[in-house]
Amino acid sequence: MSQPIVEIKGLQKSFGSHVVLKNIDFSVQPSQVVVIIGPSGSGKSTFLRCLNGLETAEGGTVVVSGHPVVEGGRMMPETKLDALRAEVGMVFQSFNLFPHLSVLDNITLAPTCLRGVPRKEAQEQGLRLLKKVGLEHKAKDFPGTLSGGQKQRVAIARALAMDPKVMLFDEPTSALDPELVGEVLQVMKDLAAEGMTMLIVTHEMGFAREVADVVVVMDHGSIVESGPPSAIFTAPREARTRSFLQTMLAREVAHGA
Amino acid sequence: MNLDFSGVWDSWPALFHGTLVTVEITAASLVLGCVLGLLVGLGRLNPQRRFIYGICTVYLTLVRGTPLLVQLFLWFFGLPHLGLLLPAYVCGILGLGIYSGAYVSEIVRGSIQSIERGQMEAARSLGLPYRMAMRRVILPQAFVRMIPPLGNEFIALIKNSALVSLLTIADLMHEGEKIISVTYRSLETYLAIAVIYLVLTSATTLVLRRIEKVLRSEGRV
Repeated sequence: MSQPIVEIKGLQKSFGSHVVLKNIDFSVQPSQVVVIIGPSGSGKSTFLRCLNGLETAEGGTVVVSGHPVVEGGRMMPETKLDALRAEVGMVFQSFNLFPHLSVLDNITLAPTCLRGVPRKEAQEQGLRLLKKVGLEHKAKDFPGTLSGGQKQRVAIARALAMDPKVMLFDEPTSALDPELVGEVLQVMKDLAAEGMTMLIVTHEMGFAREVADVVVVMDHGSIVESGPPSAIFTAPREARTRSFLQTMLAREVAHGA
Repeated sequence: MNLDFSGVWDSWPALFHGTLVTVEITAASLVLGCVLGLLVGLGRLNPQRRFIYGICTVYLTLVRGTPLLVQLFLWFFGLPHLGLLLPAYVCGILGLGIYSGAYVSEIVRGSIQSIERGQMEAARSLGLPYRMAMRRVILPQAFVRMIPPLGNEFIALIKNSALVSLLTIADLMHEGEKIISVTYRSLETYLAIAVIYLVLTSATTLVLRRIEKVLRSEGRV
C-alpha cells in the first residue's frame, strides 16, 4: 500500500465533560472512498470536522495530505490550518453557500482571493465545474433561487474549485427533499469514479454499499468496525453494527427505498 | 392665539446657515461613529482576545453609560483644564462621534453574530483566513442587516446634535435661539426648527431605505 493521504492516531475530542471522540485510529489511502455511518450522536460529524481543523481536537495526531492538523494533541496554528483547508474540500449538510454572491462568484471567490487566479481564468474554471455538476445555466443566479439539490451541487463545485486532494462530505443529502437526493449522490459517484479521495458521513446505505471502498461504523465516539461494504453489510462482526443496520434497513423499507 | 412667522421667515439665511452647520457636524460625527463602531464591534467579537476585548468594553461602558451632554461638556469645558483647548467644532464632532460609535459598535457586533455560523465555517473550509472571510463573506451580509438599526442611530445622532448648540457652535438650534432672543417668537421659531430637523431625519430614512432595497434585490440575502 502507498503512503496514506489521511492519517489519524489516537484522536480525542470532548465538549466540556462529554467525550465525543475516544482514541480514534484510522487512515485513508489516496483515491479511497470512505463512508462513515452510525447512529446520530455517535461523533461522525465531529470526526470529519476534526480533519480540517473546524473542531479543536484535544489529543492525538491527524495528518491530512501531508499537513499536520493536530500533532501530539496540539492544534496547529490557524495560518497552517488555512493552507491545509485550501487543499481539503468540505461540503456541509446545510450547503452554506454565500447568499450575497452569484453562483459563479461563490465558486471563484477562493481561487481568486487565495491563489491569485485571474478573474477570467477563474470564471472559465468555474463554468467548467458548473457544467460538471449540471448547473452551467445557473452561473449568474443567486443561491436563494436554487433548489436544495442545486445548492448542494454548487457547494460541491465550490469546494472543487480549489483542486482539493481530499473531499469531506458532512451528511450532504440529509437536508434535501427525497426526490433531490439522487442528483447529489450522482455527482458524488462521478467524483469517486474520477479517483477523488472522499470521506462521507451519510445515512444513505444504498450509496455506501455501491460506492464505498471502506465503510466505517461509529458509535459513542469510537470506531466499532470498518471494512469493505460487502463485509459490513452482509456479515457484520459487531452486535452494535447489526442493530444499527437493522434500524436503518427498517427505515428504508418504511420509506419504500 | 396669534401665530406670526414673519420674524422666522425674515431670518431664513441664519436658519439656512445653521442647518448647514448641523448637517456638517452630523455627517462628520456619523463617519467617525461608523469607523469607531466597526472597529469596536469587531473587537468585541471574541472575548478570548482579552486585551482588545477589554479596551472595547471599557469604551462601550463609559460612553454608553454617561449622558451625552456631560461628555460634550467634558470635551469643551473639561479638557482645557488639562491644557488641551480644542475648537468648539472639534469638540462637537468628537463628542457626538465617540458617543455614536458606542451604539454603532453594538449594531455591528449584533449583525455579525446574527450571520449563521455555517457561513464562517464554509469560508474557512475553503482556506480563507479569518480576516478575509470576515471581509468577503460575513461583513457584506451583516451590512444589510445593520441598515435598519443604523437608521435609528443616524436619526438619533441628528437630533442629539442639537446639544452642540451649548458649546457655542452656530448650528440650527443655536441660530433658532438667536432668532428668539430678537423676536421673542419661541413657538414659531421652535416649530420651524422642528420641521427642519424632521426634513433632515426623513431624508436620512429615505436614503437608507433606498440602499437597503438595492442591496436586497436580485434574490440576495
